[in-house]
Amino acid sequence: MDIGLLGQYLANGVMLGTMYALVAVGFTLFFGVLDVIKFSHGDVLMIGAFTGFTTYLGIVAIGIENPWVALVAVLVVSIATTAALGALIARYLVLPLKSAPPLNILLITLMLGTALREGVRLFYPDGSNPKAFPALLPTASLELGSFSLRADSVILVSAGIAVIIGLNLLINRTRLGLAIRAVAQDEETAKIMGINYTMIVLVTFAIGSGAAAFAGIMNGLYYNEVNFGMGLLLGLIGFSAAIIGGLGNIYGAILGGFLFAGLQTVGAVALPFASAYKDVFAFGVVIALMAWKPTGLIAERSSDRV
Amino acid sequence: MKDDVMKTPIPVSLPPLATGLIAVAACAIFGWLFLLAESEVAVLGLVLLAVLAGWGAQKTGLSATLGTAMHQHSGAMNGAIVASLLAVIALLGTEHFPLLMLSTMLLYLVAALGLNVQFGLTGMVNFAGAAFFGIGAYTSAVLTTHTAVPPLLILLAGGLIAALIGALLIVPVVRTAGHYSAVVTIAFGVLFKTFLEVNEVLGGPQGLMVGSMNVFGWDFNNGPVLMGHEMSFYVNYALLSSGLAILAFALTRRLERSWLGLALDSVRLDETASACFGINVVRAKVLAFTYGNILAGIAGALYGMMISFIAPNSFTFSDSLLMVSIVLLGGLGSLWGSALAAVIVVLVPEKLQILQEYRFLLFSVLVIAMLLFRPQGLLPRGVRSYFPGGRAQR
Repeated sequence: MDIGLLGQYLANGVMLGTMYALVAVGFTLFFGVLDVIKFSHGDVLMIGAFTGFTTYLGIVAIGIENPWVALVAVLVVSIATTAALGALIARYLVLPLKSAPPLNILLITLMLGTALREGVRLFYPDGSNPKAFPALLPTASLELGSFSLRADSVILVSAGIAVIIGLNLLINRTRLGLAIRAVAQDEETAKIMGINYTMIVLVTFAIGSGAAAFAGIMNGLYYNEVNFGMGLLLGLIGFSAAIIGGLGNIYGAILGGFLFAGLQTVGAVALPFASAYKDVFAFGVVIALMAWKPTGLIAERSSDRV
Repeated sequence: MKDDVMKTPIPVSLPPLATGLIAVAACAIFGWLFLLAESEVAVLGLVLLAVLAGWGAQKTGLSATLGTAMHQHSGAMNGAIVASLLAVIALLGTEHFPLLMLSTMLLYLVAALGLNVQFGLTGMVNFAGAAFFGIGAYTSAVLTTHTAVPPLLILLAGGLIAALIGALLIVPVVRTAGHYSAVVTIAFGVLFKTFLEVNEVLGGPQGLMVGSMNVFGWDFNNGPVLMGHEMSFYVNYALLSSGLAILAFALTRRLERSWLGLALDSVRLDETASACFGINVVRAKVLAFTYGNILAGIAGALYGMMISFIAPNSFTFSDSLLMVSIVLLGGLGSLWGSALAAVIVVLVPEKLQILQEYRFLLFSVLVIAMLLFRPQGLLPRGVRSYFPGGRAQR
């Protein structure tokens, strides 16, 4: 195969991997602090993308043309909205069910995801049709033979990686991160040490959901399109990525995200059947990986107390 | 379904059996009226009446009386329920659409019973219910158009193929627990739908035609002639789906009451403890998973033949969630609960066309409220109680 084309696929894979890793990090954070799966994550991402889109329309309506200003406004508004939404979900749907069977939380967030998805489809103006997301980034490209490196892709990937690194530093180097890790390790001891448990849980959900909004905007900018169903697949991919990496481990989430993107790329390029089967192939491999390593590649260390 | 109607105070002196029979008859009349109701106002009024009746039955202790009736005279009560179901079908006779709705509801009930064994008894999650339903439907599409296999056998084949494809998932589902097995089934559901959409042999996004049901030369697409009146051809399907639903219900009830059901229950409550008491946890899970998939596959196969045209869009993840909603609204492990919830989830949006568009939203919100405020479901499953030498209660 032509080197340039290979480079193109590689660039595309890195882009997808960054996006998936951002979603997967959210799943891992929630699982870390509360041992719960918040399956509405993908749809929160979709809400983030739609909020961003609406903000853009608003910005244009008041006559601001500069794309950088618009981009900053879009990011700030959508991250703030989804962070608030994430905290609300944690406060009113997840925490009240903390003592119920874990299945109930999975179900309630799955249903919430459906409700959000359907809500946008039914109540957003013309919500059932895809929306053209504006191209806010410079589209200049660098041609290297048949390989063209677009400036917007480079900016998106570097911003995404910066967010992931930032989140990692936040978790591992700050006092807030210390508190989050303490709650994740042992809720009761953390409370005894004077950590405001509820606050930390809400903050963690807000952070994870904000990261999802970032991924949603990234997705919109990359594909120039947002639609109400985008969250289902992205959420599922993020969930799978977090799980094949190993839940509760931020490196596992990153590994899983890039692995899934790699599988999709391989499925689209290197396999003998049509590229439409790439998701079938990627999910098939995920199921097989789960059979082989039931708790993920970087396994969560756990033992049952009886 | 059983304590829907009857809000008038019942004289206390009436024996439970009589109360029960009156309630069943009232339900049948209610169901008949509901299925025939045309205007939105009438439907809304009937829904309101049912809600009031359900609430009244709780308050006046009627549901407790009904519970006693079901328990003490299970033969007579079950007979009466079957008879009234048949009576409703006979009364609807020539109406195509209500019969189609009734049959759809019954087939969803069959699938939900299977899911209930997985979720409610064994505590296994399966978010690919609609996918297994779809496997059954596609099996019947392929077999009716390309082979001469007798359609009754095709129903079985639908169940078997669903179980076989489900068997591919058994290793990951059984080895993993909780969230991890949820992702396996969700991924499978999405994979299945994507696969159907891109596979040209199976019709792609346009879907496939399905041949009709045919039992020993009796073509189901011709309406039976009864006493000179030609009935709707959906009568055939309604009768067959009733038979299937009754069979599935009886079988699931037997399974629940047997020592196998006890093993499934104990696996749900505590895997480690069950293993310590010598219950083969893996075998129990394989049994529950396969049983549920077979039921979903059979129901799907008949559903395909009934609507005679299937497309990937009928078997999406949202449809799987709708099936899960049936199980949860009714109450985990509660078979009558699933029946009641199937009525609510399938029939109500069909009758209230304004709700049809909003049904996924409506039921997801309803399930959220249910999980928050009444996690045991509408008709909670009773506690199992065994007496030495006696038969299982409830």
